[in-house]
Amino acid sequence: MLGFTRWKIWLVTLSLTLGILFAIPTFLPDRVFNQLPGALQTKVNLGLDLSGGSHLLLEANPADVAKLRLDNMEEQVRTELRRGDTKIAIGDISRTGAKLSFMVRNPVQVDAAVERIRPLTQGAGMTGQRDFDVTVVDSSTVVLTPTQAGIDNAVDQAMDVAKEVIDRRINEMGTREPTIIRQGANRIVVQVPGLQDPGELKSLLGQTAKLEFKLVDYTADPAEVAKGHAPVGSEILPYPDNPSGSPVIAVKREVMVSGEDLIDASQGFDSQNGNSAVVNIRFNGAGGRKFGRVTTENVNRPFAIILDGKVLSAPNINEPILGGSAQISGNFDVKNANQLAIALRSGKLPVKLTVVEERTVGPDLGADSIHKGVIASTIATVAVLAFMILTYGRFGFYANCAVVINIFVILGVMGILNATLTLPGIAGFVLTIGTAVDANVLINERIREERRRGRSVIAAIEFGYKEASRTIFEANVTHAIAGGIMFVLGSGPVKGFAIVLLIGIATSVFTAVTFTRMLVSFWLRRHRPTDIHI
Amino acid sequence: MRLLKLVPDNTNIGFVAIRKWAFGLTALLTVLAVAAVGARGLNLGVDFVGGLMIEAKFPSKPPLEQVRSDIDRLGVGNGTLQQFGDPNTVSIRLPLPANEGAGAANAVVGQVRGLLNQKYPGVTFSRADTVSGKVSDELIRNGALAVILAIFGIAVFSWFRYEWQFGVSTFVAIMHDVLMTLGFFAITRLEFDLNIVAAVLTIIGYSINDKMVIDDRIRENMRKYRKMDMGALIDLSVNETLPRTVMTSLTVMLALGSLLIFGGHVLHGFTAAMLLGIVVGTYSSIYVSSSLLISLGLTPEAAMRRASKVADVAAGAERMGGERP
Repeated sequence: MLGFTRWKIWLVTLSLTLGILFAIPTFLPDRVFNQLPGALQTKVNLGLDLSGGSHLLLEANPADVAKLRLDNMEEQVRTELRRGDTKIAIGDISRTGAKLSFMVRNPVQVDAAVERIRPLTQGAGMTGQRDFDVTVVDSSTVVLTPTQAGIDNAVDQAMDVAKEVIDRRINEMGTREPTIIRQGANRIVVQVPGLQDPGELKSLLGQTAKLEFKLVDYTADPAEVAKGHAPVGSEILPYPDNPSGSPVIAVKREVMVSGEDLIDASQGFDSQNGNSAVVNIRFNGAGGRKFGRVTTENVNRPFAIILDGKVLSAPNINEPILGGSAQISGNFDVKNANQLAIALRSGKLPVKLTVVEERTVGPDLGADSIHKGVIASTIATVAVLAFMILTYGRFGFYANCAVVINIFVILGVMGILNATLTLPGIAGFVLTIGTAVDANVLINERIREERRRGRSVIAAIEFGYKEASRTIFEANVTHAIAGGIMFVLGSGPVKGFAIVLLIGIATSVFTAVTFTRMLVSFWLRRHRPTDIHI
Repeated sequence: MRLLKLVPDNTNIGFVAIRKWAFGLTALLTVLAVAAVGARGLNLGVDFVGGLMIEAKFPSKPPLEQVRSDIDRLGVGNGTLQQFGDPNTVSIRLPLPANEGAGAANAVVGQVRGLLNQKYPGVTFSRADTVSGKVSDELIRNGALAVILAIFGIAVFSWFRYEWQFGVSTFVAIMHDVLMTLGFFAITRLEFDLNIVAAVLTIIGYSINDKMVIDDRIRENMRKYRKMDMGALIDLSVNETLPRTVMTSLTVMLALGSLLIFGGHVLHGFTAAMLLGIVVGTYSSIYVSSSLLISLGLTPEAAMRRASKVADVAAGAERMGGERP
């Protein structure tokens, strides 16, 4: 029991040294830290409650994604059936009840229509399911029903894209080290250390930034437009800043150019009247050609610049715009023109995101919390260490070595796992110090007891470690159950606390039992005491 | 140097003798705690009810009534103000605006900030939380689920590991600890937020740790003294582990006490809950879980019968295995 083979001693020493080694980088200043080799760049991250900053939880509505897919599917069906030698005429297209249905005018062509639509659907998930079910109702109506697997898949993909877009947008803002992680099926957590006023970030992430250029339907009767009736092939869109006063405008359905063809966007000033802010954009080759062609064909007619379904402005085409660049005017100031430019550069969000949770911590409070946490932990550690020596003498000292090493090993493991230290995490630390000594208390009390019963020094120590180890193991398993549940179900502070607790349980058993046993066995072997002071 | 001995050798306190009284007192306190929670409710934080929370630090002690009426005049809902930590810091809680949009909540925070900045120059804002109703529902559900799962998980573990009586007594004792903690929060009106859920789970963890140590000793003594009366056996086990119980709860209380005094106001509720939990958990180890074992009819003989049955099954399995060619 007390005998340690040479390799075992090496193993214990090595693992503890490694643990401590990985804890050191956390205390180094950034300048030194960045010069370390990659494997040693293990740092315990500070949670937002300690570093200060903003935390946003963004949520997408799956119904939005489903609707968007249905819109796209309608577009695809129309194009597909118009294509090729045998055109198939359809009518009565409807998207009610989250389904897409249309009537094939010539009943003979129903099967052909289904044949041509099937390939538009895609596989979804592992089961070989399609993302749409295609069925025929009443022998002339084709119905496309989205499958759940298809929607889930689409939401998943949309969230992946949304995460990348958010990443680009936040980086464009010049903030450092944002954390952006997906959570659950339709949520994204954004944490930006140091950001004090998340208002700007929120409005940036709140824009989908779907940009479209469409021709204005100048033939539409203004009275009908005001009533919400659009001519065939046109649609009514809100136009809040319309100089003519009407809050709506009729535009052609067909898209001239869209944001997809953008290669750059930047904030600038209007070339005609130098003081109003605009966004300058540049199209790629194809977009530029399309834009050039449409503007050539429509000189002296207005076109609409549409952002997220709202018309920003509807300038007149004075001359063909051929260079592939254009200017978005609207009711901008420099700040929101700049924001729009960032949003356009980073691409459109595939789905609208809303903020469902927001937390901001000021830098003073965070610094104050760290400061007080460190003081509290230091005092707690010193008090506990002193108490242990007073009670158990030499054995208390061994336990103390274990506690101090344990503190560093916990930090080291947290560094390796890239875990985050939160304020409740500090509390977890303090508690771990308190309970880590419990293992040694159990062992030492047991040794005292066995000595009282008249066992020899070696036997008492051996027995004390053996009996106490069983209890320690069982107590820690149950403790770990509670910690594991906290980790899985907890959010934010609870999780931060659970991480420290779980790591602390694992390392403290090792340091408090194995490591102290090694120290005790060294001492026993060297001094062969006949009596112990405990 | 003489070493400190908190509990003299061969201490023999008759814990079990007064267990009927203790049961009565425990039951009374638990009922009171439940009644307090029922009657007064918990002062749930924005984490669990949704809403806005702004923590403002004033340059000097602010006139609370004045600030409250200023905020009420904004017409953004009924504000709840609470002095928080030092006298200059105030936490302001507001309901979420009716139209639940990201912009609306942001606007309210902006309005309150603007007003305070204007009326009380020098005020700083150290924290602002906005939690939507949907998220707060989830947080409360997950929090409750975590606590319930933890209690059941631990009870099931000790049931499989030992006799069923240990599972039941542990379950009852931990329920007692949790209810007492909730009662404490109902009476003190301390804010109950996510951090406190972590505290409750930790209390459960600590309390079970304590019970495991005593239960383990009871088991050991049941093997050693097969003919001993259960009451005497439990007294013996509790007394034998008493030095450890005292020592450990003292060290943990030392650590928590330092956190309570020096740890800053954000962790105040958390630490207070933990300190109470240590006391309650230690008490319930002796007077709820251990004493309950007697009432549940656990005897050394019964435990041995089960142990030998388990051994028989194991032996039978071996025999079966052995018979195979």
